[in-house]
Amino acid sequence: MKTNASKTSGRAVALPKCATGIKGLDEITGGGLPRGRPTLVCGSAGCGKTLLAAEFLVRGAVQFNEPGVLVAFEETEAELTANVASLGFDLAGLIRRKKIVLDYVHVERSEVQETGEYDLEGLFVRLNHAIDSIGAKRVALDTLEVLFASLPNEAILRSELRRLFRWLKDKGVTAVITAERGRESLTRHGLEEYVSDCVILLDHRVYDQIATRHLRVVKYRGALHGTNEFPFLIGADGISVLPITSLALNHQASTERIATGIPRLDAMLGGRGFFRGSSILLTGTSGTGKSIIASNFAQAAGRRGERVLFFSFEESPNQIIRNMQSIGLRLQPLVKRDLLRIHSARPTLYGLEMHLATMFKEIANYRPDVVIVDPITSLMDLGTASEGKGMVTRLIDYLKAGQVTSLFTSLTQGGAAPQQTESTMSSLMDAWLLLQDFEGNGERNRVLYVLKARGMAHSNQVREFLISNHGVDVVDAYIGPSGVLTGSARAAQSSLEMAAVVAGQQEAERRKREIERKRAAIMRQIGGLRSDFEAEAVELRRIDEQVGTSALRLNTERAAWGRLRQADAKTAGTRRQRRPARKHR
Amino acid sequence: MEKTAAGGTSGKYVLRLFVAGATARSRAAVLHVRQLCAAELRAGCQLEVIDIYQQPELARANQIVATPTLVKALPRPVRRFIGNLLNTSGLFGGSDEVEVINSAP
Repeated sequence: MKTNASKTSGRAVALPKCATGIKGLDEITGGGLPRGRPTLVCGSAGCGKTLLAAEFLVRGAVQFNEPGVLVAFEETEAELTANVASLGFDLAGLIRRKKIVLDYVHVERSEVQETGEYDLEGLFVRLNHAIDSIGAKRVALDTLEVLFASLPNEAILRSELRRLFRWLKDKGVTAVITAERGRESLTRHGLEEYVSDCVILLDHRVYDQIATRHLRVVKYRGALHGTNEFPFLIGADGISVLPITSLALNHQASTERIATGIPRLDAMLGGRGFFRGSSILLTGTSGTGKSIIASNFAQAAGRRGERVLFFSFEESPNQIIRNMQSIGLRLQPLVKRDLLRIHSARPTLYGLEMHLATMFKEIANYRPDVVIVDPITSLMDLGTASEGKGMVTRLIDYLKAGQVTSLFTSLTQGGAAPQQTESTMSSLMDAWLLLQDFEGNGERNRVLYVLKARGMAHSNQVREFLISNHGVDVVDAYIGPSGVLTGSARAAQSSLEMAAVVAGQQEAERRKREIERKRAAIMRQIGGLRSDFEAEAVELRRIDEQVGTSALRLNTERAAWGRLRQADAKTAGTRRQRRPARKHR
Repeated sequence: MEKTAAGGTSGKYVLRLFVAGATARSRAAVLHVRQLCAAELRAGCQLEVIDIYQQPELARANQIVATPTLVKALPRPVRRFIGNLLNTSGLFGGSDEVEVINSAP
């Protein structure tokens, strides 16, 4: 969980650091505790000092291969082992494998009597022996101040403790020393005056009936560190501090697009859906279908083989699955294939920070591609507006850093302009869908807008959003002179349009038939004319023939007359003259 | 050192003195314990001097924090005397110990 920022800040001051492995603490301290120096962890009873010390050692031994020595002044080996086992630390196993030495130092006040000068060389020898026996790099002293109760001579004790811290530094071990919180000073016996390199203060406060643990780095000599109070949790796997506000705005921006599961909605978003890793806000009054769009999104992601984590603050997992089944969304198979995990919790169960921490933990464990929070407003009601915004910022930053697409639904109050009520959150969001219902004609109809979608062309149109038992569909709402028509009004309008179209078609058919009829009549006329024409042509031929035969007869008769008149010579003479001319050529 | 009487239920004293190295303070403590044994507990005194530098594991086993520490293992109850034993009032003279010494034989 190291960030680039923490690495560079560590290098800039050139102070070697010892990573604790505790979630978040290394980020606040810019890489860990000062290496080779003692760190004081103080806090009142029950705020997690011992646990922090133990986790520092266990994580050192397991993750960083740095063996450690735990000197316990309050709890015996068996008690400590049992206590940290509940957090998943196998202390006994680490002791067996010589990764950790646990030394229970106990001074029974009633047995002890002072008889003169002494020093704490016994403690030094035990510590030295323990360190050398396993080559320890880390030491935790929990709670050193018990010695003040057991050994009466405070002057000796103080000078010996000063010597102890000096000795730990010389030994080169990174030490964590826990101490009780004092009334006016950081620690009851003023140990902070000996440990001057790094002081961490733990705190456990109850505010509005909700207890939250806080961690603050009071002092860190020679290094930059977050000075704020950071909430932290003791969960099933140890401590996690939530330093998410320290993250900078430098996430990767993916150009990959992911579909919403509603094709028409994708079409409204430039045809390809949302950007991967973007944050999407879905606002609407109750019953406008926010959860349904969210579930559609979840199903679409699951079907692509992506992992979806669904945080529900209104419904139980089974209820969500059943309700979505009724509109044709099958979430159960996705849950079975571990592609969908639904995490339900009542918002009032614990405080904002705890919710956030639980969500972070779930996200870190499950490593989802898509996170859905339904609705985010239930959480934001738990704190003030600025706390709520801070929380959403941290959540979005965290998700964006991991390229996780996030979809938040937000329940708005009817009446107020949604753009105003959501203004705190909207600036954090990359895309914003607005669901509304329109009342009219004795019915309510859902409509959907894309209010904003950073980095993509998107539709400016209002669409009607239909929910049936086959699923969800987005259709064009009718926008006409009388306003936006939805539901039955839109249906009525479209049937009116349909009737007009049919009427038009019928008219065209009629005119077509008319013309056809006219054409047929003309054709008939043409046929009549043609037969008339043909009759006349026959007549004409007949006349021609008559004329021809009469002409022939006339010629024959003329020839006969010629023979009779002996006009043959003249015609024979002309024929003879022509023949030689032809030969000559 | 006498070992034969160890563990006996008689009025024998079993003392262990833990010191850290041969410092002046350590030597003073050893000297004082020897004197006390010789003067007050003539016969029944079993003293063991342990240098925790030589045997650091014994420091852990005996819950030694301060040095020098004189552990009176027997007779019961166990008492620890820390310091160089200059101020030895009540070392063996505590009322409970006196009763133990008197009633034991």
